[in-house]
Amino acid sequence: MTTHDTSPGAIVLSDLSKSYGEVRAVKSIDLAIAPGETVALLGPNGAGKTTTIDLMLGLTRPDSGTVSLFGMSPTEAAAAGVVGGMLQTGSLVDYLSVRELVTMVASLYPSPLEVDDALALSGCSSFAGRRTRKLSGGQGQRVRFAIALVADPDLLLLDEPTAALDVEARRDFWASMRAVAARGKTIIFATHYLEEADAFADRVVLLAHGSVVADAPPGEIKARVGGRTIRATLPGVDLDALRALPGVLGVERRGDAVILTCAEAETALRALLDEFPSAADIEVRGAGLEEAFLALTADGTGPTNELTEVN
Amino acid sequence: MHGTYLRYELLRNVRNWRFILFSLAYPVVLYFVVTSPQRHATFDGVAFPLYFMAGMAAVGTMIAVISSGARIAVDRSAGWTRQLRITPLTARDYLGAKVACGFLMALLVIVLVSLSGTALGVSLSADEWLTMIGLMLVGLIPIAVLGILLGHLVTPDSLAPAVGGTIMLFALLGGAYGFLIAKSGPMFDVIKALPSYWLVQAGKTAVAGGTWPAEAWIVIAVWTAVLVPLATFVYTRDTSRV
Repeated sequence: MTTHDTSPGAIVLSDLSKSYGEVRAVKSIDLAIAPGETVALLGPNGAGKTTTIDLMLGLTRPDSGTVSLFGMSPTEAAAAGVVGGMLQTGSLVDYLSVRELVTMVASLYPSPLEVDDALALSGCSSFAGRRTRKLSGGQGQRVRFAIALVADPDLLLLDEPTAALDVEARRDFWASMRAVAARGKTIIFATHYLEEADAFADRVVLLAHGSVVADAPPGEIKARVGGRTIRATLPGVDLDALRALPGVLGVERRGDAVILTCAEAETALRALLDEFPSAADIEVRGAGLEEAFLALTADGTGPTNELTEVN
Repeated sequence: MHGTYLRYELLRNVRNWRFILFSLAYPVVLYFVVTSPQRHATFDGVAFPLYFMAGMAAVGTMIAVISSGARIAVDRSAGWTRQLRITPLTARDYLGAKVACGFLMALLVIVLVSLSGTALGVSLSADEWLTMIGLMLVGLIPIAVLGILLGHLVTPDSLAPAVGGTIMLFALLGGAYGFLIAKSGPMFDVIKALPSYWLVQAGKTAVAGGTWPAEAWIVIAVWTAVLVPLATFVYTRDTSRV
């Protein structure tokens, strides 16, 4: 494992690539995650989140590059029982109750949680006696979480864990996750919700078109992609003057209109109205995550022509 | 063998009572229906009730061990094999549990069909019972591996025709249904090269004393030797591709 000795090395992805036919799902990703970190893989659909997680779990073999989990290959880490995974797809096996299924999975690991604790932590206690086939989508999702938790793994990988959950279940889920994180576990989860990444991760890795386009604390990511845009009609205005306004990150002209990308829209709007009282047709919009990704990738982080290459 | 995992795998099988009911009822009902009017007939040199008892035991046990492996297709389509692959459970334990479940079900079939045979006048010594059952369990080994192979080749939708067709072909050619389509010539050579023929012959072999001829052992060994690498290959391909 000498090649993986990059410190701090809980999880090290080196030059990791994976293609499916023409589609380059993951392009040369490098990532190092320290033990105890909670990291969000944030990105729109098709960004490569699931492929990255499958590569880390050893469910997909990379075309090139390596994954090291605590100095082991994904397969070795799975065999050692140090990885827990919550996969996005799949149903649960039939003819077992929730408790039986979780007990069966627990028996596979060297030092699992108490089954009752895993059921309680994942919010499955109230339907633990029910057969897996008779669960609702949200309940099934919680059982998948219980299966990942009961391993009591050092590394927990979750692929869009809240996908089938309603708002309340989502809140319960993240409350459980906080409890897990508090025990010093390393957690990596994929999501396309900026709010989830912001609320629960120490660090956000922004993926777009198979590449890491940003890797920063959530506050910083939020400022970059979670900002809002102000659109105003201001014929012939000097763009540099607009760019100098407080709270403004970028400026773009569209005919007579200008579009200001803002980190702090309120501050920018006040300044805009103070300095350009003639501004008309003002609109303030939240920038969509997808648009923000496109903006980020087009901003020179990656070549623009790659945007048309995938999907 | 992983004990707890095997226990829950067995529980899954036991709770699938429709499967158990039909796979037990089929050979037993067919045995009574076909044998009752021919209790005093002979076939292939032995009493028909004994011959057909071995035949129905062969069909029932083949259903048991092929189905158990073939149901890997259900686990695969549910994404369960992917979930298991990120646990410390080894492939050997996973496949071993499937095979063990198949053989336990096969034993249940043998017991019920043997009781049915006894009811219609089959009378064997303890040695003869043990020889017949022992040979059948050996003859089922390549069939169980074939089940694992099918489990990786079919989808749950195509499971029934794939398993049903395979068993029908083996059973019919092997003589399990109380007739042989050839008793000499090249077709008989083909029949003798099937493990199912030797499963059916286990009854006759037992009353004749001794054991299978060398030919039978070679057939079982060759089928096993061919199928094990194939099953390993499809398992590995499945692991690497998903």
